[in-house]
Amino acid sequence: MSYHSITLEDTGESFRSSETRTVLDGMAALGKKGIPVGCCGGGCGVCKIEIISGTYRKRVMSREHISVEDEANNRVLACRVWPTSDLRLKVLGKMSKSVCNDKAVASEVK
Amino acid sequence: MAMTGVLRPGHAQMRVLDLEESIKFYSDVVGLVETGRDAQGRVYFKAWDERDHNSFIIRQADKPGLDFFSFKVDSHATLLKFDADLQAYGIKTERIPAGELLETGERVRFMIPTGHQIELYAEKTDVGNGQPYTNPEAWIPEAEHGIAPVRMDHALLYGPDIDGARDILVNVLGFYLVERILLEDGKTDLAVWLSCSTKAHDIAMVRHPEPGKVHHVAFLLDSWEKVLRAADIMSMNRVKIDIGPTRHGVTRGTTIYAFDPSGNRFETFSGGYSSYPDWHPITWTIDDVGRGIFYHDRALNDAFLTVVT
Ligand code: FES
Ligand SMILES: [Fe+2]
Repeated sequence: MSYHSITLEDTGESFRSSETRTVLDGMAALGKKGIPVGCCGGGCGVCKIEIISGTYRKRVMSREHISVEDEANNRVLACRVWPTSDLRLKVLGKMSKSVCNDKAVASEVK
Repeated sequence: MAMTGVLRPGHAQMRVLDLEESIKFYSDVVGLVETGRDAQGRVYFKAWDERDHNSFIIRQADKPGLDFFSFKVDSHATLLKFDADLQAYGIKTERIPAGELLETGERVRFMIPTGHQIELYAEKTDVGNGQPYTNPEAWIPEAEHGIAPVRMDHALLYGPDIDGARDILVNVLGFYLVERILLEDGKTDLAVWLSCSTKAHDIAMVRHPEPGKVHHVAFLLDSWEKVLRAADIMSMNRVKIDIGPTRHGVTRGTTIYAFDPSGNRFETFSGGYSSYPDWHPITWTIDDVGRGIFYHDRALNDAFLTVVT
């Protein structure tokens, strides 16, 4: 099984994750309090992220939360994305508050 | 006969992101019985012990969620009367011809102020529960396939104007209020549970800024032990469990919330008390809302007010 290193731009934290675990599951395993892991099925939109670099495998996601333009710009739902290389990513959705805690981060919550 | 007018929830139609994956999920994990497919590509299911042709319909779409939630009424005459009553109340209705939905008669569709499409219909083909109507057995093999609920039971809808929606259901369609949660001001409802029968709820609604959202569609199980068995089956199939097994304070049902492969939440539950239209409604205050929703945790989880489709 291949493992990749996933880095959260917002906090600089990184973790190792396998190709068979979703990025969201990896983030949740970091054990940060309050990561709102939602439906885990690409439906509710709470886990929106932007992949800054790296390659990944993805599955169909709700268009209500990921527009065609989002998808073209690597804005995806973390629960529908699996790493196929090392990744750097930014948290966008309702997760950004809890992941980034009290650090002042210009959030892109829509 | 005491039960007239609206009899019960009849069918829910949901959108899924991947049809094949969802067919497998609802057939083998939830354990519904597939009863048909139509030219639009919709797939029809019923719970094993239901007698009408379908109660749960899925179709593939680019976003998950609920298309419509429908109630069966006692006769065609009642259907026509409700259509007239709704219009007289100022609600626009639409007639959908018989057969548009497989084995289902004419439907009257209207939008309630939470942004949901609600339907009424009087006829759906009785295909039976796999048992004869003379000298049946207690259950059939399908009763043990997957979670295998006995019926599609109710839905919890999220949308803005739950007061207007409640008024239509109560004043026009004869539902009654069973339980409510009041906000800080002590008068505005955060949530209401309504019944058209002697069930503790046939539909519930939570006040929420976005219209037309669904929190869950619920499937009934016979016992608390079957709720535990459902949780085992969810774990065996790596189904994302939101919360449970636990108990609701509201309705007192024992429950699990979990998600289908498109992120639609569903509930498998058992119990809840029987209610009657003359009963005084139960009120929960906002400071005890945690115990009302999740009786053992005594706190809402993060997902309860935010994760919907
Ligand atoms: S957790 Fe719901 S879309 Fe990812
Ligand atoms: Fe429920």
